[in-house]
Amino acid sequence: MIDANVHLFRYPFRRLIGDDPAELVARLQKKGVTQAWAGSFEAPFCRDVSAVNARLADACREHGAGFLIPFGCVNPVSPDWEEDLRRCHEVHRMPGIRLYPNYHGYSMEDPAFAKLLSLASARSMIVQIARSIEDIRTQFPFMLVQPVNPGPLFKLLPQFPNLKIVLLNGGGWAGEDAPGMKELRGAGNLYFDIAMNEGVGGLDRLVAATSPQRVLFGSHYPFFYFESALFKVRSSDLTPDQVQAVLEGNAMHLLRNS
Amino acid sequence: MGAVAGLLAFRVKVDAQEPAQLSQRYDRYRIWDAHSHLEALPGNTPLERMTILVRHMDKLGVERLLLSQGFGQYMYHPTPEQVRIENDRVMEAVRHFPDRAYGSLYISPDHVESCLQEFDRCIRDGPMVMIGEVETDVRCNSPALDPLVERAISLNVPILQHTWTVSSGNGPGDSTPSDLVELAKRHPKGQFICGHTGGNWELGIRAIRGTQNICAEIAGSDPTSGFTEMAVRELGAERVVYGSDVGGRSFASQIAKVLGAEIPDSAKELILGGNMRRLLQPILKAKGLPT
Repeated sequence: MIDANVHLFRYPFRRLIGDDPAELVARLQKKGVTQAWAGSFEAPFCRDVSAVNARLADACREHGAGFLIPFGCVNPVSPDWEEDLRRCHEVHRMPGIRLYPNYHGYSMEDPAFAKLLSLASARSMIVQIARSIEDIRTQFPFMLVQPVNPGPLFKLLPQFPNLKIVLLNGGGWAGEDAPGMKELRGAGNLYFDIAMNEGVGGLDRLVAATSPQRVLFGSHYPFFYFESALFKVRSSDLTPDQVQAVLEGNAMHLLRNS
Repeated sequence: MGAVAGLLAFRVKVDAQEPAQLSQRYDRYRIWDAHSHLEALPGNTPLERMTILVRHMDKLGVERLLLSQGFGQYMYHPTPEQVRIENDRVMEAVRHFPDRAYGSLYISPDHVESCLQEFDRCIRDGPMVMIGEVETDVRCNSPALDPLVERAISLNVPILQHTWTVSSGNGPGDSTPSDLVELAKRHPKGQFICGHTGGNWELGIRAIRGTQNICAEIAGSDPTSGFTEMAVRELGAERVVYGSDVGGRSFASQIAKVLGAEIPDSAKELILGGNMRRLLQPILKAKGLPT
């Protein structure tokens, strides 16, 4: 089982069980996870993402080499961000990056974002986009961050047919949907994790609207209880082959091509 | 990329037929869900939607639902007729699955007199066993709720009150856990369930912890880690109740708040159903219904 959506280190507004990297690895392994794609909770909140990425790479190597796969952060409206991308790929040997557009203050209509996709595509890197981290209704009142508007992505996807983009935390509750999400689910080269996918039969609907090959197991651990994602798979109507694809096969396919 | 190929070697083969993590059973828990709706589900009738809910209940071992109003678009300030229709839908759904659901009465403090009649029709003379989810028509610290609460106390039924503390500010009728504390203190014999524990559960748990006749209910928010642990630590497991808020939410994400929590098994048993059965025991016993 590959978890495509975990974070290392501390969330600024709450201590989490599992916010120590060694503890996180132990707990995920006990839950049956064989590999976890890890971003850093420092990334959305720090300007010096170069140092954030170095600490992330070090922690992954020290506490979970081969188990924790680091996904560094690039902020395309920060000076000299291209160097961060280069270091992620060439120095830290990261297969992909994780972006936080609304925490870093840019939209997906920003030309810098398109340039970042272009450079990431040239390096065959996976690009994860965190649509949100926390429900805006429960965020700290002095720092409210709206979820990313994913709509503009639809126009960009055809420009990068070989780029593998994963939208993390893209779901909504009570059937609510962000603008453009329906079109994005129908697009061919966009992947989705299941951490915030909600509703009775929600995973079945997501797979039906996308494809069994474009849905990844992502728990948003340790911010969320890991079992949430696990039980979504368990209570789905997916076939055993589809379960295997969601739990592991699709993530492996992405890694293989990065 | 060579490094990635190396990483792939760490994968452990998972049995495609039945991954072990998916087949772990939790049969030892009797799960009663305090908070459910028929909304955000496919199907045109209460029967069709309840059939879907029951199918998904079976997947995760949910024994019984407490079914509340809610079928289509959310209604602010429903008319007495709309309240009545909602209660009819719930009773119809429950009638088809008497072993899997009990009905919970919809009331609006906007219409006290007609709602008191609904008490008679649906609880005293009907099959319902609980009040709620009381929604956002009026903040629940309003005196308008007093006659309704007194009636609930006389019938020995608990009240599920919707609460949220939205970080950017509540709507005009949105109740906070602190509003519920005011109501509960005016009615010390009442049994109150703090729906969603205010969403912002770190605040909600603190707000209600000194008021013993309020239980925290964990439904209808993201499955943020630590919720249930804090509730048990501050309130005791006897004052924490599992609910899901399906169909807008999933059983999966909400049950995970309990089964994923680092609390004793005995606490999980209470939260997942033991506490609801205790709260409902007087009315179920009076009606001769099973617990």
